[in-house]
Amino acid sequence: MSRQGFTVLAIAAAGLMTAQGALAEDKISLDDPNIAVSYEEGGRYYTEDDVPTFNISDAGEVDWLTFSGFRRYHSECHVCHGPDGEGSTYAPALKKSALTLDYYDFVDVATNGRQRVDAADNSVMPAFGTNANVMCYLDDIYVYLKARGMEAVPRGRPAKKEAKSDEIRDAENACMGS
Amino acid sequence: MRTLRLLTSGLALSAASVAYANDDLTTQIANPAQWAIQTGDYANQRFSQLDQINAENVGDLQVAWTFSTGVLRGHEGSPLVVGDTMYVHTPFPNIVYALDLANEGKIKWKYEPKQDPDVIPVMCCDTVNRGVAYADGKIFLHQADTTVVALDANTGEVAWSVKNGDPAIGETNTATVMPVKDKVIVGISGGEFGVRGSVTAYNIADGSLAWRAYSMGPDSDILFDPENTTHLGQPVGADSGTNTWEGDQWMIGGGTTWGWYSYDPEADLIYYGSGNPSTWNPSQRPGDNRWSMTIFARDPDDGMAKWVYQMTPHDEWDYDGINEMILTDQDVDGAPRKLLTHFDRNGLGYTLDRLTGELITAEKYDPAVNWTSGVDMDPASPTYGRPAVLAQYSTEQNGEDVNSTGICPAALGSKDQQPASYSPETQLFYVPTNHVCMDYEPFRVSYTAGQPYVGATLAMYPAPDSHGGMGNFIAWDNIAGEIRWSIPEQFSVWSGALATAGDVVFYGTLEGYLKAVSAETGEELYRFKTPSGIIGNVMTYEHGGKQYIGILSGVGGWAGIGLAAGLTNPNDGLGAVGGYSALSDYTALGGQLTVFALPN
Repeated sequence: MSRQGFTVLAIAAAGLMTAQGALAEDKISLDDPNIAVSYEEGGRYYTEDDVPTFNISDAGEVDWLTFSGFRRYHSECHVCHGPDGEGSTYAPALKKSALTLDYYDFVDVATNGRQRVDAADNSVMPAFGTNANVMCYLDDIYVYLKARGMEAVPRGRPAKKEAKSDEIRDAENACMGS
Repeated sequence: MRTLRLLTSGLALSAASVAYANDDLTTQIANPAQWAIQTGDYANQRFSQLDQINAENVGDLQVAWTFSTGVLRGHEGSPLVVGDTMYVHTPFPNIVYALDLANEGKIKWKYEPKQDPDVIPVMCCDTVNRGVAYADGKIFLHQADTTVVALDANTGEVAWSVKNGDPAIGETNTATVMPVKDKVIVGISGGEFGVRGSVTAYNIADGSLAWRAYSMGPDSDILFDPENTTHLGQPVGADSGTNTWEGDQWMIGGGTTWGWYSYDPEADLIYYGSGNPSTWNPSQRPGDNRWSMTIFARDPDDGMAKWVYQMTPHDEWDYDGINEMILTDQDVDGAPRKLLTHFDRNGLGYTLDRLTGELITAEKYDPAVNWTSGVDMDPASPTYGRPAVLAQYSTEQNGEDVNSTGICPAALGSKDQQPASYSPETQLFYVPTNHVCMDYEPFRVSYTAGQPYVGATLAMYPAPDSHGGMGNFIAWDNIAGEIRWSIPEQFSVWSGALATAGDVVFYGTLEGYLKAVSAETGEELYRFKTPSGIIGNVMTYEHGGKQYIGILSGVGGWAGIGLAAGLTNPNDGLGAVGGYSALSDYTALGGQLTVFALPN
């Protein structure tokens, strides 16, 4: 029940941002509490609200998850949502969704899917809940798209990346069952 | 004049053939006033004898009438015209409209199937459908959810309906079907979901299953005779559909059959190609992965394979082999030959003897193609018929988690399903092409039924060191293996071409232009910008003594996914300036039929 209430709030917030249009999007700064890195843990970066976020070092290296997200996005998501989170003729630009959608709602939509099917739309996001290739890399994809939305990484393959931490490697193996 | 041309050009029209093919459909195809099959004829030539609209007057073309399909997203395929009725289809939800041409296009009937929308995201690349088919007074629709339905052509009432696959494990459909004799030939999509591809024949009378032939698996599944089914003239031997796979990988091996089908009534063989092996990560499936990426010649009565040719053994780039097989009768070295010409995704234009499967020509039809140095044409060589792969562009040799760069063509191929046309008058093929290259990085993936099973990341960009555009429209000489002329296009050309006896060739562009060019020189003679980008195929028909040209607009498909936001600049890292055009700067979603004619 509380989960539902939370979702409604978050959707309202997302709607507000959309209503404010592109300008609002441009105004999100790297100091925004939903963007700024508060702490690092085993090669993963988090905001002060414990939400995953991207990190770019002074040397221009993206964190491993952002790089990994680039790869997983272009395997699992881009066949509908277009290259680099830019959107296609029919599916939304996820680089924007990653900024306008609350992290937990992002996880909810990726896990459970959603449908918009009516006279004008035939739009269906599948449920990826059983797909290890997505679920084991959800944070990776999320922080990559966030970085794209902020234009903190340009289109294409990130040029430099942090090494993969042992913690990330262990978590990946446990999740993928390998 | 028209009669004379009929006699001299069409192989599907040869007198001997009539008794073999579907009699009704053969008769309808033979009447150039109609467009009775998506592919123009059984040979897939997409050539019309109509010449009222010709190179002299095509510049005067005007819009005669239009029709909104009521559906957005990608519109592939084309309408059919049989008698006084035009049959128009849409992407999901796959509506079919029967329009009365004798009554200003009034809707005679409309059929809208009920389909579970859960099929939508299981379709890899938009909800396209490449059109309905006609035979024996029935209209055949193969829906997204793999339901094949036969409708009464006069009333739209369902005669029968059969389920060809299961979307819950990623089996979907985008293709049209081909009626042959007393059967309808049906393919399947889902190579990105680990589907094992198959071709199935249903009996036209009642929809009952006649046969099914898989692309890989035991001989009894793939309908191969180890002694009599040949590959490049040699018997394939036992277990050819499993012995180039490791373990059970063939069970989720891909090789789907979502392209076009052709038929030679005289040889009594159907022709089609199979798609990529699953996954896109070649290291997860060692071996040649037969019979993915293969041209098949099968007997339509029992499905048995007569010959096969695997173009891209052990695919490393997603170069599906499903593009159309165009059947022609031409002279080679002074001798008349029965030919099959195929423009593969891998960038090679193949010409084979369609009776024996002998390889005659295999040449690059886009100069940018670089992953291979060419196909071994020496029958005595142990690598006869195989493409020589350059190590630099081998995603297998470079290995998992390594980004192989600068591979041409990109995964969408030098050409995708958008069909080429052939003019028997010029003996040239008119080919819509992509001029796009890629970086490709394979990595390990696990299989979950009904979930994407891809295992590679790719980045695409216009072919470097070229004209900067992402497409060309070319005229191809299939005997010499040479490009005659090439029209650079800003975007990939994703529309099926039409050649006519009026010495004109038509095609559409992703910006939405319908273009007419000279069949001889490629000179542009006419263009008109339709409401949305064109990924449909140009068709023509005659009604009331007047010739019409019809085209569906509605941007989408793979092109709408890859090009909507524009591609990245391949020279970014080298200090060059500027990016590349975004399709979204030119066009938006739509769904409309535009019909053209000369002014009264």
